[in-house]
Amino acid sequence: MSLKDILTPFTAWGNIVKEPITIKDPINNRPGAPRYRGFHKNDITKCIGCGSCEEICPNNAIDLLPVEGIETKDGDSGLRPRIDYGRCCWCGLCVDVCTTGSLTLSNEYKWIEEGNADAYRFTPGVDKKPWDKNELGWNKPVPNYEFYALDRVEMQELEPNKRDNSFIEIVQGFSKEQAQLEADRCVECGICVAACPAHMGIPAYIKAIRDDDLEHGLNILYDTNPLPEICGRICTHKCESVCSLGHRGEPLSIRWLKRYIADQNPSEEYKKILETENIEKNGKKVAIIGAGPSGLSAAYYLALLGYEVKIFELYPEAGGMMRYGIPEYRLPYDQIDKDIDYILSLGVEIQYNTRVGGDVSLDELKEKYDAVFAGTGLHLGRSTRIPGSDHKNVYQSIELLSKITKGEEINLTEKIVVIGGGNVAMDITRSLARLQKQKFGKVQIITTSLETEDILPADVEEVVEAREENAVINPGWGPKSVEIIDGKIKGLNVVRCLSVFDEEHRFSPKFDEDDKKFFEGDMIVESIGQGMDISYIAEDIKSSIEFGPRGRIVVDKYFQSSAKWLFVGGDIIQGPDVIHGIANGHKAALGIDKYLHH
Amino acid sequence: MKKNSKLIWTPDRSKFPEQNSDGSLDVDLASQKYVKVWQGPNHPGVTGNMSLELTICGDEIVQAKTHVGYLHRGFEKLIERRKFIQGFTTCIRMCVAEPDTNEYNFSRCVEELSGIEVPEMANWLRALALEMARLQMLLRIVPGQGNTTGLGLGVQWGVYLRDLILDRFEELTGGRVYHMYITPGGVRGLLPDGFKQRMEDALKKIDEFIVDITKLMYNNAVFKKRTVGVGYLDPAWIDKFGVVGPNARAAGFKRDVRKDYPYLIYDKLDYEPFTATDSDIYTRSLVRREDLRTTVELIRQIMAKMPKTGNIRAQTPNVLHWKIPKGETYVRCESSRGEYGYYMVTDGSEFPRRVNLRGPSYVHAVSLLEKLLVGANIADVSSMMVSLGTCPPEIER
Ligand code: SF4
Ligand code: SF4
Ligand code: SF4
Repeated sequence: MSLKDILTPFTAWGNIVKEPITIKDPINNRPGAPRYRGFHKNDITKCIGCGSCEEICPNNAIDLLPVEGIETKDGDSGLRPRIDYGRCCWCGLCVDVCTTGSLTLSNEYKWIEEGNADAYRFTPGVDKKPWDKNELGWNKPVPNYEFYALDRVEMQELEPNKRDNSFIEIVQGFSKEQAQLEADRCVECGICVAACPAHMGIPAYIKAIRDDDLEHGLNILYDTNPLPEICGRICTHKCESVCSLGHRGEPLSIRWLKRYIADQNPSEEYKKILETENIEKNGKKVAIIGAGPSGLSAAYYLALLGYEVKIFELYPEAGGMMRYGIPEYRLPYDQIDKDIDYILSLGVEIQYNTRVGGDVSLDELKEKYDAVFAGTGLHLGRSTRIPGSDHKNVYQSIELLSKITKGEEINLTEKIVVIGGGNVAMDITRSLARLQKQKFGKVQIITTSLETEDILPADVEEVVEAREENAVINPGWGPKSVEIIDGKIKGLNVVRCLSVFDEEHRFSPKFDEDDKKFFEGDMIVESIGQGMDISYIAEDIKSSIEFGPRGRIVVDKYFQSSAKWLFVGGDIIQGPDVIHGIANGHKAALGIDKYLHH
Repeated sequence: MKKNSKLIWTPDRSKFPEQNSDGSLDVDLASQKYVKVWQGPNHPGVTGNMSLELTICGDEIVQAKTHVGYLHRGFEKLIERRKFIQGFTTCIRMCVAEPDTNEYNFSRCVEELSGIEVPEMANWLRALALEMARLQMLLRIVPGQGNTTGLGLGVQWGVYLRDLILDRFEELTGGRVYHMYITPGGVRGLLPDGFKQRMEDALKKIDEFIVDITKLMYNNAVFKKRTVGVGYLDPAWIDKFGVVGPNARAAGFKRDVRKDYPYLIYDKLDYEPFTATDSDIYTRSLVRREDLRTTVELIRQIMAKMPKTGNIRAQTPNVLHWKIPKGETYVRCESSRGEYGYYMVTDGSEFPRRVNLRGPSYVHAVSLLEKLLVGANIADVSSMMVSLGTCPPEIER
């Protein structure tokens, strides 16, 4: 200790001549940092009510609640997060996890609101707050900061040169690692469940994949869908188009995951896994017309309930459009058989090659059975009815596809024009391209449609793959006439299509007649939709049934027609697609059970 | 208590009862020779509540017992009910004063147990956040030592400077006190524009502060009188009790996790931990002042050497159902008070089975303090607690 030690501390007196550094009102005079985690904001038009924020909140500060003015619809639960500032710790995890990026925090420090004691619990974006317009604050950090993978696990597919001349299956299916990685991406929001016509337990079976409990997964599939191998391949996957992850990344490959579960369970085990070894019969009988998706689905659920079920099928094999409409490279026959054989193993009977309304009448079925379900589908091809479309070398896609399935000879030519922009048009294009490749060694097929590329109804991957297989897809043209010289088709005259629908979204195509084009071809295939044939319903029965617009049979929510014993479902009611058929069949089975037991 | 040869003041032990061979003491309160007093529960110059049951004889302590229980919030248990992504919002509260070390340890446990490699950029930013955390803590505790002897001015300076660091935290992390910046998988943001300059401005002020506080406190006759030779920590006790950090370095032990078990990017930084040997309150405080200097220097190095940009987060499993296989790990880092460790056990589920904090304060402020206080003057209790780096929230979580 020295004199120095006594004197030096006094140098601190030097501060007396310095400017004070204290800020008088630090809170009011100083804005928060641009990244400061202040108060919640939510762009409620962007938010889909997925509930991921609620799920991640470590303090249970978030509840999802219905909000006035926001409707529940496909892809939107209609709920919005309400935050409780009695619990929130401003961690911002809710912002970081938000699937749509709608949720953010403003950079306000303070919030004083008088009068309303409950104001601390509010729904951002709905309950107006002073900071709603504040652009600064906490946003999800820079790219590559993700709480779940945004990209899909890539699916192995056959290379174009390995598939373009054969009908072997293109999509190879997931391995266990791939399936689990893909399943890991799901945020379990259930948005997809509402959009799926069959309301399949999607997050639950995806979880079963993560848990590697595929038997449980199979049970969940069969709760709502008895054709999982089929749907796992060709479902129109409405679920994927609404998947929450699709807002900022790629939607989950829900369809391939379903296929993975079905693929991994051997058919011999199904009865044991699904506990259907001993079903008690209830002594009642139901007839089903058509072994398509809706008929098979109804048959399955009726069989589970103990009904004796018999299906009357026009074709020599079961499956309907799934077998006779969808090409094998998308849906191999053995996979169709796997699903159907299991349904048959429950005692469901099928009488093949039988036309109801011909070999057996609907009246007979009505007499012999307690109830009838008709799922006869859309098997009549529609024609463009343009000049020349009655030529014998103008075909309907649907008749060609079924010929290909049956292995019948097709009068194949070297240059083909297909009219249509839907998935069926792609199916026939790609099937014919394969046959051309086999027969002529090269592909010359042009597919044209009214719809332009951006609004093509066909799945994007179908179009991409068709092009990879050397088909030319040239959309945005309206067919005018088939050019015929000396009785031989030379090609198709088309004009530019300007728009397909009018303001009310009714079909009303507009053309630019001056913008003409000619597609060369010696065979034309029309693929512009299918119609139904319900001529099997005799006049006397028809009179007891109520019909709606465009000849559709009116049914209730159980698909019961106004003739109480007759239930109708599938493409002739809803769709057209497999999954609506399955959903209808299931619902109808429950309806039949209700009808026969009450 | 063992004596330091340089001691300039010693309590008169002649009035004290002799300890029994097992270290216990027969205190007969009825003799009226002894009085029991409680220090606390309050903030005895440290962050958070604890209390000491002191038996005094005159104004000298013959026996001290630490009492905790005023601050137990059950955070370790709460974390067992939190998903791995949620835990970091809870663990920070285990040490209010320096939350980042908790975030870091927690995250690193999760990453080690699930085999996740954190991107390089995130590691630099983590090191920056950890040094900033040490810095703001040292800015409190360095002048805080003077405060316990009645020198309040330094604390005013420290609080102001700490606020500048909190400003930097705010712009980097979005939070001032609880930063919630280091998450399992990475960090939550790159440096904002102009950050380095603003940080450098703050560091310059801290450089000046070091000069000023040296004049005010370290070269201060009163401070010296109150701290030199007081609270002597016998080097023989360092390993016996598991003393770490500045307390060990002040007793001549070069203990620094950043050097001994380099983590993050610390092997790319150039510095030497400061050590001294006198092992009294003054020396421990001196070591902390040098720690402050080192940390300022390390922040400058980090900002100069870190990459400009890069990924700040590894792709983890989906955080909403992140499961971690059965396992256990212990990780540590150098907090302002020394080795700060986390032990985590996982059982294959979506939740940690056990999270246990091994903080330096338990050793320093519970077992060691009880020993050091025997023979001390009652006026020096606060001074001793601060000099050991006591942080009660980390003792009882
Ligand atoms: S995570 Fe985002 S989109 Fe989902 S409910 Fe919350 S705010 Fe809405
Ligand atoms: S900021 Fe954190 S605590 Fe607050 S609502 Fe969001 S997730 Fe919950
Ligand atoms: S699949 Fe998509 S929509 Fe469905 S629960 Fe998972 S994240 Fe949600």
